[in-house]
Amino acid sequence: MIVTIKCGRVLMSLIKCENVTLSYEKNIVMQDLSFSLEKGEYLCIVGENGSGKSTLVKAILGLIPVTEGKIEFSDGLVRKKIAYLPQQNSGMKNFPASVREVVMSGFLSEKKFFSFYTSEERRKAEDIMKKLGIYSEASRSFCELSGGQQQRVLLARALTKDMSLLLIDEPTAGLDPIVTSEFYEIIKSINSEGVAVVMITHDIPAAIRYASCILHLHNRPLFFGSTSDYLKTETGRRYSGV
Amino acid sequence: MSELIEYLKLLFSTDIVIYSFIVGVLISASAAALGVVLVLKKYSMIGDGLSHVSFAAVAVAVATGNSPMLFSIPVVMISAFFILRMSESSRIRGDAATAIFSTAALAVGAIASRGTNVDIESYLFGSITALTLSDVILTAAVASATVIVYIICYNRIFAVTFDETYEKASDGKPGLYNALIAALTALVIVVGMRLVGALLISALLIFPALSSMRIFKSFFRVVISSVVISLFCFIISMTISIFSDISVSACMVLCNLAVYLLLCFISAAASRSTD
Repeated sequence: MIVTIKCGRVLMSLIKCENVTLSYEKNIVMQDLSFSLEKGEYLCIVGENGSGKSTLVKAILGLIPVTEGKIEFSDGLVRKKIAYLPQQNSGMKNFPASVREVVMSGFLSEKKFFSFYTSEERRKAEDIMKKLGIYSEASRSFCELSGGQQQRVLLARALTKDMSLLLIDEPTAGLDPIVTSEFYEIIKSINSEGVAVVMITHDIPAAIRYASCILHLHNRPLFFGSTSDYLKTETGRRYSGV
Repeated sequence: MSELIEYLKLLFSTDIVIYSFIVGVLISASAAALGVVLVLKKYSMIGDGLSHVSFAAVAVAVATGNSPMLFSIPVVMISAFFILRMSESSRIRGDAATAIFSTAALAVGAIASRGTNVDIESYLFGSITALTLSDVILTAAVASATVIVYIICYNRIFAVTFDETYEKASDGKPGLYNALIAALTALVIVVGMRLVGALLISALLIFPALSSMRIFKSFFRVVISSVVISLFCFIISMTISIFSDISVSACMVLCNLAVYLLLCFISAAASRSTD
């Protein structure tokens, strides 16, 4: 069963995924996946643990190879221009890094061997930090911040790219409800500026509230289409609790 | 007072003291800078593994009549890449990979140095009398390479250390920078081994970084203060070593330990007073 419902208006797709099979250490974790993402859309990828969500993110970012099928980028998007907000890794705990150092490191993707920052980049980083409300913490240590503030710092790093796509992996794990909804509002305002968003999440009610399209995975696509269509399906009703 | 100055003048008129002072300063500074990355990447054991390989390489070089330095540099650099690859592959855990290298290298070193007249103790624990002018030149070359690469790639080194996956996703070639750090570490270990000794050199890599991480919380400050702490400990140790006959390397390790404990105490006291 291949689900290939077009989601949204007909435009050039930013990402086009065709009949993709992904494997992890020789086990197939994703089969027959086809979907596309248009400019300015907000796609939530939902599914249980082990359903292949994180593997799909890795494949989109080019961290693992695609076993079969292809993932294509177009409309000016190239892989290294994807603004990526990763899950926090354990190595970041107790890492001596100031907020400014972390945010500035986002500019490196444009650079070659010489890794010095320009004064324009410094100004841009300050603007982004001000926008996300973390400018007052610029000189503080990343590991001393609260979970929500850390998430904003990593978001600020992602926003340093001239981006058309923001890719977010499980952003709200371990955050309290207020911080979580603040975070969703930030993402919503970024999306309303025309940036396409792909968010991996467990939080199906939030996905239904914010996303324009939903991709539900369980080692293969269970559903891909608009959020309103998702609510009409049995899977959608069961998981959303509506 | 003037007697002391006279005495110091006399000391610094000998080549041995001048050589070991230059080599010590260069090695302490570059080891401390590289050590910050090794500690934060949880690669501390790589330094230890490489120093053992370096000892084995010297023993084999002497037994086969090769130049110790020129023979061990490529051997240790190749081992550095292997250890790095082994720790990155999921089949063998990083620390186990390093343990394999360390023990195998020590065994090879022990067999190779059997029956030759290599002064094993000077390679294991270091010696200021073993340094020659060519050692000084080689050390200067290695240290300047380290400093130049570190400054040019500083921001990239930070990014790769902080979040390797992100760098990989944004085409930042983290593998290249990991290899670069491993290669520089290998070089510093080989040239530092004469003065500091194979068994003690990894302390020079990790101690300054651990000490400065107790009180400084930004990467830039940690790097700078590690270098300062390392130089401070070297100068103290060199002085003690000149006036007594304690080996400079043992002195450096203990001095670094003392600084570490002191900073642990200060940071604990500071966090208690803010609570």
